[in-house]
Amino acid sequence: MELFVEQISSGLATGSIYACLALALVMIFKSTNHINFAQGEMALLSTYFAWTLLAAGLPYWATFLLTIVVSFIFGVVIERTVVRAFSSAPHLSLVVVFVGLLLTFNALAGWIWGFMLKDFPSPVRGLSTGTSLVDAHELFVVAVTFVQLVALFAFFRFTKLGLAMRGAALNPASARLVGIRVGWMLALGWGMAGALGAVAGMLIAPVVYLDPNMMLGVLLYAFASAMLGGLGNPAGAVAGGLIFGVLENLMGTYVIGHELKLSFALAVVVAILLVRPAGLFGVSAVRRV
Amino acid sequence: MTAPLPPFQSRTLITAALALAILAPWIASGFQVFQLTQIWVYAIAIVGLNLLTGFNGQISLGHGAFYAIGAYSEAILVSHFGLPYWGALPFAAAISFAAGFSFGLPALKLEGHYLALATFALALAVPQLLKYEKFEDWTGGVQGLFLDKPEAPLHLPLDADQWLYYFTLIITLGLFYLANNLLDGRVGRAITAIRDQPVAAESMGVDVALFKTLTFGVSALYTGVAGAMSAIVIQFVAPDSFTMFLSIYLLVGVVIGGVGSLYGAFIGAAFIVLIPDVASSISKAATGAIYGIMLIALMYVLPSGGWGLLEKARAWLGRARRAPASGPAPIQVPERRAGPR
Repeated sequence: MELFVEQISSGLATGSIYACLALALVMIFKSTNHINFAQGEMALLSTYFAWTLLAAGLPYWATFLLTIVVSFIFGVVIERTVVRAFSSAPHLSLVVVFVGLLLTFNALAGWIWGFMLKDFPSPVRGLSTGTSLVDAHELFVVAVTFVQLVALFAFFRFTKLGLAMRGAALNPASARLVGIRVGWMLALGWGMAGALGAVAGMLIAPVVYLDPNMMLGVLLYAFASAMLGGLGNPAGAVAGGLIFGVLENLMGTYVIGHELKLSFALAVVVAILLVRPAGLFGVSAVRRV
Repeated sequence: MTAPLPPFQSRTLITAALALAILAPWIASGFQVFQLTQIWVYAIAIVGLNLLTGFNGQISLGHGAFYAIGAYSEAILVSHFGLPYWGALPFAAAISFAAGFSFGLPALKLEGHYLALATFALALAVPQLLKYEKFEDWTGGVQGLFLDKPEAPLHLPLDADQWLYYFTLIITLGLFYLANNLLDGRVGRAITAIRDQPVAAESMGVDVALFKTLTFGVSALYTGVAGAMSAIVIQFVAPDSFTMFLSIYLLVGVVIGGVGSLYGAFIGAAFIVLIPDVASSISKAATGAIYGIMLIALMYVLPSGGWGLLEKARAWLGRARRAPASGPAPIQVPERRAGPR
C-alpha cells in the first residue's frame, strides 16, 4: 500500500513537470495553432542559461526570475525572426522549420555547454516535508504548476491583453479590424511559452540532471499530456499531465516495467489521436471545406 | 516545369553519371567506396520518405522506425533463420511494407501537425522497444546483432567492398526505376492529387484512404529496404543507431534534395553522409547545428531543394543559349511549386 501511495505521489510530481511543458505547448497552440517541436529545446537552452548564472554565483531566485525574463525575450525574438517568415507557409514547411530549430538548439547546447551531466540545484532540496512519501522538490513542482495554471487562467479570463490574444488566435482578420496588433499577439504567445518552458526546464533539471538530451523524452510526455487534456485547454493540459504522470508510474511499476515507458507514451498518443482527437476536455475543431 | 533540354543532352548526362558510378570502385579509395555505398543506401530511404511526404503530403518524423524495422528484419532473418543476405531482403521489404501499411491506417485520421506528432512519438519509442529485454533473444538487446560480410558470388573478380558497392548500386537503380514509373503513371497522379486537392481527388473517384495507406506502405518498404541494405553494408545493427535523430536526418535529406523531387534524393543522401565528416572536425555538435540551420534556411530560400536549384540553373542556361536565335523570348510558364501545399 505504501508503495502504491508513493507511486501516486511521485507520479503527480512528474506529472506536474509534464504539465509545465505541456502548458508551454498549449500556449503556442492557443495563440498560433502550431505544435512547437522545438519547445523542449528552447526550455533546455533556458535551463543551461540558468545553470551558467548559478555557476557565476547568482542566488537562486534572482536566477529564476532573470531566466524567465530572458526566455520570454528569446521566445519573442524567435517568433519575430524565424517563425514570422513562414506565416503563410504550408504545414509541412513549418514542421520542418520547428524540427530545424530543435536540431539547432540541441546542437547549440551541446556545443556551448558540453555533453557532461550537470547537477542543477533545487531551492527546497534538503527541506523536510514531515513524511517519507513526498520530498520537498516534488511538492515545490506541484505548487509552481498550480500557480502557473491559475495565473494563466486569470490572464486569459480577466485581462484585456488576454482577451486580445484569444481574439487574435480565434479570428485574426476580425481581431485586426478591431485594432488588435495580431502579429505582436503571436510574438507574445511565443514569449510566454518560452517563459513557461524555462520554468519547466528549471523544475525538471534537479530531477533528471542537465544534459543536452534531457528534454527529448520529457517533450514526448508533454505532448502526450497536452493531447490527453486537449491541446487548446491549459487546465486540460495540467489534468492530462497529472493523469499521465500517475498512469505512467503505475504502469511502469505494476504492468509493463520501466523500459517501455516511452512506448507506452506512443501508444497513448496514437490512441488519443484516434479515439478523441480533441482530447478529454478539448472541443473538436470544425472545418469548412 | 522548366523547359526540357534537347533529349540527347540529358541522356549524355545520365550516361556519364552512370559510367562514373560504375567506375567509382576502381578509382576511389576503400573508404570512399564505403561512403558512396552509404549514399546509395540513404538515397533509397530518402526516396521512401519523399514518396510519402513530398509527393503524398503526409509528413513523417518517424521514418527511422521503418529503417530500423528493415534492418532488424534482415539481421534476424539472416542470423536466426540462416537465410542468405539477398534472400532475406524481399522478406525485410514485405515486413516493412506491412508495418508501414498498418501505421498508415491510424495515420489516415491525422493531418499536418498531428501526424507529425504521432510519427515523432514512433521515432522516440523504437530504440526502447528494440532494447526491451523480452525481445532480447531475437534482437540481441543493447548489444545488437552482427552479420557476416558477403563475398562476391560466381568468382567475380571483385573484393567484398566492391561487390557490396555494386550490389547496392543495382538495388538502388532498380528501386529508382520503379519509383519513377510509379510516379509517372495513374497511381502517381492519384498520389500527388491527394496532396494538392484531396477533396477534388476524392470526387474524381480516387480512393483517398486506400492510396494514402498504400503510399505509407510503399514508403515504409523503400525505407525498410534501405535499412536492410545498411545492415548488410555495416554488418551490424544496434538500437542506438536508430534514434529519433535518424528520422530527422532522413527528413533533412528530403529537404536538402528537394521536397517532391525524385532524383534530389542523391543530393540529400550525399549531404547527410558527407557533412558529418566535415562538421565533426569543427565540433561534435556542429553536424546538428549545420543540419538545423540548413533546414530552416532552405525552407525559406529554396523550398524545392538542391534538385530545384539544378533545374533552375539548367533552365537559365537553356534560355541563355536559345535567346539570341529565337527572337521573342519564350512565354514564361509559371513554375509548378515543388513543395506540397
